[in-house]
Amino acid sequence: MDLKEKLVSSFLAFEDGLDLDNPVHEVRSAAIKNFEEKGFPSKKEEAWKYTSLNSIQKVDFSIFPKKETALEYKDIKKYFLHEIDTYKIVFVDGVYSSYLSETTHDGVDVCLMSSAFSKPMFRQVIEVYFNKAASKDESLTSLNTAFSKEGAYIYIPKNKMPKKPIQILHLATGNEAALMLQPRNLVVAEDNAEVQIIERHQSLTDNEVFTNSVTEIFAGKDAIVDYYKVQNDASTASLVDNTYISQKDSSVVRVHTFSLGGKLIRNNLNFYQNGERIDSTLKGVTILGDKQHVDHHTLVHHAQPNCESHQDYKGIFGDSSTGVFNGKIIVDKIAQKTDAFQQNNNILLSDKATINSKPQLEIFADDVKCSHGCTIGQLDEDALFYLRSRGIPQKEAKALLMYAFANNVLESVRIPELKARINKLIADKLGVRVGFDL
Amino acid sequence: MLEIKNLHANIDDKEILKGIDLKVNAGEVHAIMGPNGSGKSTLASVIAGKEEFEVEEGSIILEGEDLEELSPEERAHKGIFLSFQYPVEIPGVSVTNFVKTAINESRKARGLEDMPANEMLKMIREKSELLEMDRKFLSRSLNEGFSGGEKKRNEIFQMAMMEPKLAILDETDSGLDIDALRIVANGVNKLRNKDNAIVVITHYQRLLEYIVPDYVHVLYNGKIVKSGTKELALELEEKGYDWLKQEATV
Repeated sequence: MDLKEKLVSSFLAFEDGLDLDNPVHEVRSAAIKNFEEKGFPSKKEEAWKYTSLNSIQKVDFSIFPKKETALEYKDIKKYFLHEIDTYKIVFVDGVYSSYLSETTHDGVDVCLMSSAFSKPMFRQVIEVYFNKAASKDESLTSLNTAFSKEGAYIYIPKNKMPKKPIQILHLATGNEAALMLQPRNLVVAEDNAEVQIIERHQSLTDNEVFTNSVTEIFAGKDAIVDYYKVQNDASTASLVDNTYISQKDSSVVRVHTFSLGGKLIRNNLNFYQNGERIDSTLKGVTILGDKQHVDHHTLVHHAQPNCESHQDYKGIFGDSSTGVFNGKIIVDKIAQKTDAFQQNNNILLSDKATINSKPQLEIFADDVKCSHGCTIGQLDEDALFYLRSRGIPQKEAKALLMYAFANNVLESVRIPELKARINKLIADKLGVRVGFDL
Repeated sequence: MLEIKNLHANIDDKEILKGIDLKVNAGEVHAIMGPNGSGKSTLASVIAGKEEFEVEEGSIILEGEDLEELSPEERAHKGIFLSFQYPVEIPGVSVTNFVKTAINESRKARGLEDMPANEMLKMIREKSELLEMDRKFLSRSLNEGFSGGEKKRNEIFQMAMMEPKLAILDETDSGLDIDALRIVANGVNKLRNKDNAIVVITHYQRLLEYIVPDYVHVLYNGKIVKSGTKELALELEEKGYDWLKQEATV
């Protein structure tokens, strides 16, 4: 049985354990139908031209983990940003771990999707927001919607801000020989609310893990949402991350994606601007080696006038790694005075490394500012000479330049401890061992 | 200290330096002047070991050792310092951290331990005061968003920290206003001593009013066409380079 058949046939069993009168039941049923029709995307589709899920589909994944595993905090502490106090929503093999988590209902809701689906007090929010930004058409999103049951639920009412940042951590223990996870997250920041979220997927063994994640983010008027994705997983872990963001007037949403490890990562990051004076920021640092593969597909849909978007993706590709950047910007006819900026710079360190970079601009308004730039190159020889002439050996000098190249994406990271952590991850990854005060 | 003999250097098969002879002793300051495109910056880069230049003939000898086979970093470890005309921006690496790295790499190459942190801090404080640099400046990313003057001041600060035997200042005066020029020149003068040597490369005489050279050489079309004392710089300022060009062609 291939993975698609296995998923479709287990859907009934999955729903059996859930409340069938719940309106979400209808949404799930429609979604599995769409997935059944479309199946996994193939390389024949333009959007999946450079990323193949074939090898993933051959693995016999467990879809429902059988037993719970207890993890000690000290063993996984390093995967948290533990330098500061945060709320934590932790899942172990897809199951919520109350022992490792710290949730809240104090003015804001930082808790679980399973609670939000089942408890009447959350029903209204689910009705208004759940699956409203996510695509009904894209097959992997539908697959996730069909099995949506657990994940992070974050609701920030009007004018509120949680006392501290929120961390979402998905851990895979390796209890199963191969595990498929489908977390479903919902983040709602009502008008003038603010929230900072850090998300990480981490496999703790060499057993195969495939995560098909969907996150919906809604930013009300004047809301500010910062979302940081730390992708530094084991070399046997693959991730398809579908994130859908819907913004209202004058809201600011910034998504930073740090892709530093994993077997295959596909990021589908979609911004929908449904208001004026919106600011959308998409930034990414990708540093790969071995045979790793990272595919960034971004979409910014400018649907109203006077909005901005800023995209800045930097990639460093070594060994036989491959990267994809596909940045789509749509500017509707009424979206006059749009200011859309897109930049993708890449450094290839080996003859076998590949990057496919493609800007895709569809502009229907006539009074807009849209700029895009893409570079693929090696390190700047003059810069290298500068460092070496100061006594820094070639290898360290190269590492330092790559570090500098990636670093400016971090400027907009608003949690200093996270910034320091990512800095260190990047420095380690590049073998920069200079005397940083980290 | 430095002896250059019949130096020929090419880039992409084009000959830029066409037989340079130059001898610099410890304690001396030499100025190399010349019109644009005469090969001044090439000479500086070749001494510092830039690999895109091919040395076709001749040799560069520092304290009796031929530098030919040495990489730029090895030359730095031997005490050569090049102050760049266009210093490179390194976001995310502070001036302090960069200087620490540079110093400790050189120490390592000489078989020494890292410089103790308190000693390093003391030295950083002293040398930054010498160049009238603000403390805040030291925690900024190297050269990022620096004005022309700040970049040059930072170059001389690094020179002060690294204490080279031979410092080559490539167009250090370009892009400096008069106050910055005074500070930079003042810094350089305080670093002069009987054991080191300085080669000042400049298009204009202006800098040489502040850093007074013992010898002045005129580079034209890849060759030193005239050498003299500091009065030669004044003469060049007055007459321009044209008379030398004519002399050289004859």
